[in-house]
Amino acid sequence: MHVEVDVPKCVASGQCVLLAPDVFDQRDEDGLVVLLDDNPAPELHDSVRESATVCPAAAIRLTES
Amino acid sequence: MDRIVIVGASSAGLAAAETLRREGYAGTITLVGDEPHPPYDRPPLSKEILSGAWTSDRLALRTSADLDALGLDTRYGRRAVRLDLHARSVHLSDGSEAGFDGLIVATGVRPRHLPGERAHVLRTVDDALALKDRIGPDRHLVVVGAGFLGAEAAAVARGLGARVTLLEPAPVPLAHAVGETVGQALSRAHLDHGVDLRTGTAVSEVTAQGVRLSDGSVVEADDVLVAIGSHPNTEWLEGSGLTVDNGLVCDEYSAAVGATGVYGAGDVASWHNPLFDTRMRIEHRTNATEQGMTAARNLLGAGRPFTPVPYFWSDQYDMKIRAFGYLRGHDEVRIVQGDLAERTFLAVYRTGDRLSGALSVGMPPKAINTWRQSIAVGAQWADAVSTAAA
Ligand SMILES: Cc1cc2nc3c(=O)[nH]c(=O)nc-3n(C[C@H](O)[C@H](O)[C@H](O)COP(=O)(O)OP(=O)(O)OC[C@H]3O[C@@H](n4cnc5c(N)ncnc54)[C@H](O)[C@@H]3O)c2cc1C
Ligand code: SF4
Repeated sequence: MHVEVDVPKCVASGQCVLLAPDVFDQRDEDGLVVLLDDNPAPELHDSVRESATVCPAAAIRLTES
Repeated sequence: MDRIVIVGASSAGLAAAETLRREGYAGTITLVGDEPHPPYDRPPLSKEILSGAWTSDRLALRTSADLDALGLDTRYGRRAVRLDLHARSVHLSDGSEAGFDGLIVATGVRPRHLPGERAHVLRTVDDALALKDRIGPDRHLVVVGAGFLGAEAAAVARGLGARVTLLEPAPVPLAHAVGETVGQALSRAHLDHGVDLRTGTAVSEVTAQGVRLSDGSVVEADDVLVAIGSHPNTEWLEGSGLTVDNGLVCDEYSAAVGATGVYGAGDVASWHNPLFDTRMRIEHRTNATEQGMTAARNLLGAGRPFTPVPYFWSDQYDMKIRAFGYLRGHDEVRIVQGDLAERTFLAVYRTGDRLSGALSVGMPPKAINTWRQSIAVGAQWADAVSTAAA
């Protein structure tokens, strides 16, 4: 699985960080998403897919391989 | 279950469709939407689209490849006109029908209008582009309603150099939503940015020249934007046997009351949120997605109550407003960090003896996230504020 984030779209909701803290973080100053791992381990895939669906800005894009 | 119909092809409907597939449902998903477009996002309409920072191709919620991968039977540009629960079928505006074993109602809301001449509203991409074309220097825009939508539009219009008059019937904008002190502080931003904000000013109709106020006087305008709230899109459910009362009435599982295998999600759905022990209907972007996901899972039998901490954000001028919880009907607001006058602050809300909400403006997000956790576990107010003070 490959993860991309579209930072200008991010609205700093933090939903992805709640669901997959090993993959996403937020910048301290403005809360915009920081991608920690663009190729997460298989056991994280479910929570990353959940994050991509839940993201209120459609800022997370996954490519499943 | 092998035929699911989702009515409403926007945030909630799309989240439901995506979740059904992720949970392994392999049957038909018919996605009905009266707009001609594939699902797109609305919050940028009053922000990046109105300001011209983005073109509308940025709004798509999914790429066409991602949508194709869901294998949906899409019926865009068609309206659901009637629900026959007995035959388990939705009648569409083109005369066709869509039969279902399971149904998700995600038809959202539409703007309220004022009597009189046509004015702008702001709900669809077409609305936003039409309004954007009319805003610029030497133009006068009158915005009726200083809620979040009207406030965002006023801010963008000022940024584009337009003259803006913002008319609000209440004495303090947003007071019902965020309380008087916070509403007052937020509305001062309009004055600082040269908006002619007139509170306690009710509009009776839109005229060819502008708007007529309830005292009979007229405010002239080149364009009028009406942002006075919305109606749930439930007309197509009338006579179906479902309960409609300010939206589709659902239980704590987001299941429609009075039917089996019918769920509601997003702006159109009112449900009982056990976390706050209150019936609520939330018009926020994150709720649409979360409820769409829950509705899909419960339709497939998950049996999980829908207990979110509601979240919304709003961008006005240089202010980033974020709020968690259910602020309506609160009993007390306390500023726990920052300064109201500088519009950099964190406010928390008490309802009864519970911490019910937190709202921040211009603060690092991590400051409010800890309050969110406390709201999510149903923290007592006294405990939450004393822990924070420690
Ligand atoms: C300009 C604007 C700015 C916003 N900004 C923010 C923000 O900053 N933060 C925030 O949290 N929220 C914001 N929101 C709210 C957020 O966009 C909504 O909560 C969200 O779009 C709700 O999604 P939904 O899928 O429930 O409903 P909708 O997005 O309203 O979608 C419902 C869809 O169903 C269609 N439909 C209706 N009736 C029928 C029918 N009978 N048959 C077929 N289709 C039908 C509608 O045309 C529509 O396409 C904003 C909304 C607007 C309009
Ligand atoms: S869920 Fe989306 S909008 Fe929210 S912080 Fe993550 S990337 Fe940003």
